[in-house]
Amino acid sequence: MTSPHTSEMIALKDVRFSYADRSILKGVNLTIKKGEIVAIMGGSGGGKTTLLGLISGRLKPQSGSVIVDGLDVPKLNKSNLYGLRRKIGMLFQFGALFTDLSVFDNIAFPYREQTNLPEDIIRSLVLLKLEAVGLRGAKDLKPAELSGGMARRVALARAVALDPAVMLYDEPFTGLDPISVGIIGRLIKRLNRALGMTSVIVTHDLNETLRLVDRVVVLSDGKIHRDMAPEQIRTTDDPFIRQFADGLPDGPVPFHYPGPDYLSEILGR
Amino acid sequence: MISQLAEFFQDLGHFVTSRIDRLGLAARFAGLLLLALGVSIRRASLIVREVYFSGVRSLSIVAVSGLFVGMVLAVQGYEVLQRYGSAESLGVIVALSLVRELGPVVTALLFAGRASSAVTAEIGLMRATEQLAAMDMMAVDPLSRVVAPRFLAAIVSMPLLAAIFSTAGVIGAWIIGVQLIGIDDGAFWSQMQANVDVRIDVLNGLLKSIVFGTAVGLISVFEGYFAAPTAEGIASATTRTVVISSLSVLLLDLVLTVMMFRGLS
Amino acid sequence: MNRSKFDFAVGLFVAIGLLAMVFMALKVGNLAGFDSGSGYALEARFDNIGGLKVRAPVKSAGVVVGRVDSIGLDSETYEAVVRLRISSNYRFSKDTIASILTSGLLGEQYVGLESGGDPVYLAGGDRLGKTQSAMILEKLISQFLFSKAAETPAKSQ
Repeated sequence: MTSPHTSEMIALKDVRFSYADRSILKGVNLTIKKGEIVAIMGGSGGGKTTLLGLISGRLKPQSGSVIVDGLDVPKLNKSNLYGLRRKIGMLFQFGALFTDLSVFDNIAFPYREQTNLPEDIIRSLVLLKLEAVGLRGAKDLKPAELSGGMARRVALARAVALDPAVMLYDEPFTGLDPISVGIIGRLIKRLNRALGMTSVIVTHDLNETLRLVDRVVVLSDGKIHRDMAPEQIRTTDDPFIRQFADGLPDGPVPFHYPGPDYLSEILGR
Repeated sequence: MISQLAEFFQDLGHFVTSRIDRLGLAARFAGLLLLALGVSIRRASLIVREVYFSGVRSLSIVAVSGLFVGMVLAVQGYEVLQRYGSAESLGVIVALSLVRELGPVVTALLFAGRASSAVTAEIGLMRATEQLAAMDMMAVDPLSRVVAPRFLAAIVSMPLLAAIFSTAGVIGAWIIGVQLIGIDDGAFWSQMQANVDVRIDVLNGLLKSIVFGTAVGLISVFEGYFAAPTAEGIASATTRTVVISSLSVLLLDLVLTVMMFRGLS
Repeated sequence: MNRSKFDFAVGLFVAIGLLAMVFMALKVGNLAGFDSGSGYALEARFDNIGGLKVRAPVKSAGVVVGRVDSIGLDSETYEAVVRLRISSNYRFSKDTIASILTSGLLGEQYVGLESGGDPVYLAGGDRLGKTQSAMILEKLISQFLFSKAAETPAKSQ
């Protein structure tokens, strides 16, 4: 359990990753300390979600090392990897609730699968988690009967069921109304402080994120472009971050998909 | 002309290699699934649930189809047999067709359309909505938790359904032959019993349906597990399950029939 | 739907399925009869078995008492070696005659056993001493024609 650097929870060293012909990450170095909330931002398809996949061991890098809680993730065999994942919670983009199970059974799932707790204790734990996200009254509903925001809260309750040391959030605010965004943001922060978790948030939602996190890592072109505190993001004059923060259509990220010259294409032949 | 020919061979080559790739993937998948079976088999309640959705829900369509197929066989069989004055053999003809061929084959075809397509859609949708990934992240292997029980349910359900189909068919033939046409009841059953061998006909028929259950079950979970995570991907995976399952069942039936019944009577 | 409901429905389904299998074994097939595992074996040698096939019935006085287990050819004597499996319910005397008969005019061929008066019974693995080969239609016809041919000159004289 005691890793050499107890303050380091996640450490990526010169990580390279590519899908068959497309290079996604081109040498990423990133260290995340225990208890930190870190946001990873960047354009679509920029490798943010890939980074979460590498940390959780669902993807293997072509080169470089990924250390989580002192363990070299790509080198773990299946049972050790599953051992590590018991300490990692993940909130998926759209919740990924089990559609054939009720809200209660969704949250009971990790307890039933990973522990030998008796059913009455599981019941108390599930109700405790549901109370924490304010949805104890919805325990008998099916995921299809929930609104997007409620489903995300249930998924959050399920992800933290086993009190993980690391929480990974894949676009936790996508597709939610502003009220739900606020609720989820506050829950993430509260859970993080209450449970002493290390959190990695992949997101586009700058405003909510800046209120929440200790550090922002900006990915661009497969590399870490900037690594700074949230206050700095608001004031920096880095053109890429400005484009991102202010939602400018054109800038370092071009509006136009690369193609031949417009004039010559429209006139030529 | 030459270039068209070249293009044709290129297409053919691409088709063949992509098929072989797919087959290799399926083989690797089957291997992983086999490893997952050990864990899954200890979770009887999960298999019971899937037997409910695959088997119990197919019971009525299988029983009703069996009854009608048996009745039609009786009508057609009587038509031919009475020309040769051996209408009493009706029971034999119907029972052998059902027990050896129609029971296992038609049941497997119905099962592919009714239950396996649903399994493919369900697993495909679970993949598309990241439910499988979520499970994997919770250190629960989706292969043993989701895929294996559905695969096993097909193997368990198929012989039971095939037996029900054949029984319903024999009863249907009895209703037409004995009750309506008026063949002697005793002759109907005794001829049948004298000529249907339990080991060679009945057990081989059940063995066939176990093989079909394995094939159809494997195809349905494979297509679902590797379905493209889009509405179109799931729709085409579902169609593929029905088409490939049906063709596999018919091909396997030919192979098994040759192996089992060649050189016998 | 809760678990006990699943259990009940699946239990019922399995019961119906097993019942159907029992129905097929007992009512459609005849498990109580002679499948190739039970009973005792006898061997009979014939000059010609005609169209006899494996699994053909063995009958005595019209009652099915067993089945043909295997058919082979003795390469020294060129006799057909037919192995019969007889239900252990039935016993036959040592001097039983086995003959190959046809049910109906064009029906299937079967082995008929006709028990003699010997007080000693056949045991498993014994060989039947007396056999009568199948009637071959072509042979019957040619015999008939030959005998007709033999008669004709006598008449004309």
